[in-house]
Amino acid sequence: MAQVLREVEESPTAQAVERVSVGALASVGRKVSDMLEYAGGLTMLMWETVKTIFRLRIRFAETLNQCYLLGYQSLIIVLLTSLFTGMVFSLESAVQAVQYGFGSFVGGIVSYTVVRELGPMLSAVVVAGRACAAIAAELGSMEVTEQIEALKSLGLAPVRFLVVPRLLALMIMLPLLTVFADVIGVYGGQWIAHAQAHIGTEDFMASARQTVGFEDVVKGLFKALVFAVIIVMIGSYQGLTTKGGAAGVGKSATSAVVTCIILIFILNFVMSYFLYAGA
Amino acid sequence: MVLQNCSLEVPEGAITCIIGLSGAGKSTILRLLDGLLLPNSGHVYLRENDICHMRESQLIEMRTKIGFAFQFAALFDSMTVGDNVSLPLREHTTLSEKEIYAIVMHTLESVGLSHTYDNMPSELSGGMLKRAGFARAVVTNPELVLYDEPTTGVDPIVTHLLTDTIKRLRKQLNATAVVISHDLQSIYMMADYVAMLFEGAIIANGTVDEVRKSTNPIVQQFLQGSEVGPIPL
Repeated sequence: MAQVLREVEESPTAQAVERVSVGALASVGRKVSDMLEYAGGLTMLMWETVKTIFRLRIRFAETLNQCYLLGYQSLIIVLLTSLFTGMVFSLESAVQAVQYGFGSFVGGIVSYTVVRELGPMLSAVVVAGRACAAIAAELGSMEVTEQIEALKSLGLAPVRFLVVPRLLALMIMLPLLTVFADVIGVYGGQWIAHAQAHIGTEDFMASARQTVGFEDVVKGLFKALVFAVIIVMIGSYQGLTTKGGAAGVGKSATSAVVTCIILIFILNFVMSYFLYAGA
Repeated sequence: MVLQNCSLEVPEGAITCIIGLSGAGKSTILRLLDGLLLPNSGHVYLRENDICHMRESQLIEMRTKIGFAFQFAALFDSMTVGDNVSLPLREHTTLSEKEIYAIVMHTLESVGLSHTYDNMPSELSGGMLKRAGFARAVVTNPELVLYDEPTTGVDPIVTHLLTDTIKRLRKQLNATAVVISHDLQSIYMMADYVAMLFEGAIIANGTVDEVRKSTNPIVQQFLQGSEVGPIPL
């Protein structure tokens, strides 16, 4: 029996299976180790950023500049995305709702969805595509051209100089963009409801007012605040850890956007669960 | 492991050049001196202070006394040359904008770049970028200036100009300078001391003449640029 087992173990097929298994295990181990390293590095960066903000070591002029670059320059794309999303949502629901006699609820359905979910999340996804990639690419190119080292050599902390202004700027601008997205999304929905299903503006708005409260708006803005932190921290961390020249910068930007969007979707679910589960 | 059993003393007030093969760890030594890298073991002393045991705030304070001229200048490309050179003064001093402007213009003049104050780094040539990097490194009157391959990638005339600028700045500031370079002519022109790094250790250290007369075959092969000798190609 032992002889048979030894022969099986020594056979080329068994050795190949063993090699594949060890390789797969090593690969899983490496991925877990990379993930832990990423999470640890990101946590350290967040801690440094929070410490710098609480010490009030803030560069106000640069923060204003970043408000313009990251926030104001994203306004058009956020408005367009939200307008058409509100319109398509209304288009899909208004006609059927009228057919089944629920026309008076369309305003509530559209505004409820836009204010609670679509406004904050779509704004964050659009800004992530623009700002997160921009942050990762800018900081990444500074890293590979030794500009980050140059900052340190001048006795300046990259976190204070680069990360804090971007974080504060987006924490101000993303909730603002979300408010604009909410408003334009609801108005887009109202316009289509009127044009396609002949639902009156007053009926639509009355239903919206009945369904959506101030608390819903605040919770949506809280989500936007969390998304702003995610976008800046992921973009900054990817940028500051860039390696390998121009190719590395491209890789960092892509990876930052992908990670960021995945995290936005996951966190949106988690926050919705805790914020609205009891409602 | 880049450096092993590496011991080097840099004399104060002199220009020390570190030579060695590409990838030998010369730039690592500069980063260790500036506290940008910390060794896994061993010590780095700046005068009597051990950099390895400094807190981040102490490192930042120490770096304000050290100027670092990077190989490719590493100017911040979102700022003008003037703003790049002004940055350490704006961040670390309480000088007025008028005073900062005067100091920056004086520093830019000393490297022959006073006309580039409002230019963006992308508008400068390679040699001008390097000199702007020198200006940013010395604008705070540091006690130690580190130059990482200052003459790499420029023509012989600019090499001469940069070498001359390093010598002149050292005299003006009365500072210690450490220069990483492969350019032997330039080293012979400016160096007071030369150290050669090979396989992670300093194998020759002394005045220019002492190193040139070294009997170490590795040093001789490197100085002669010969393919034949103990250095593995």
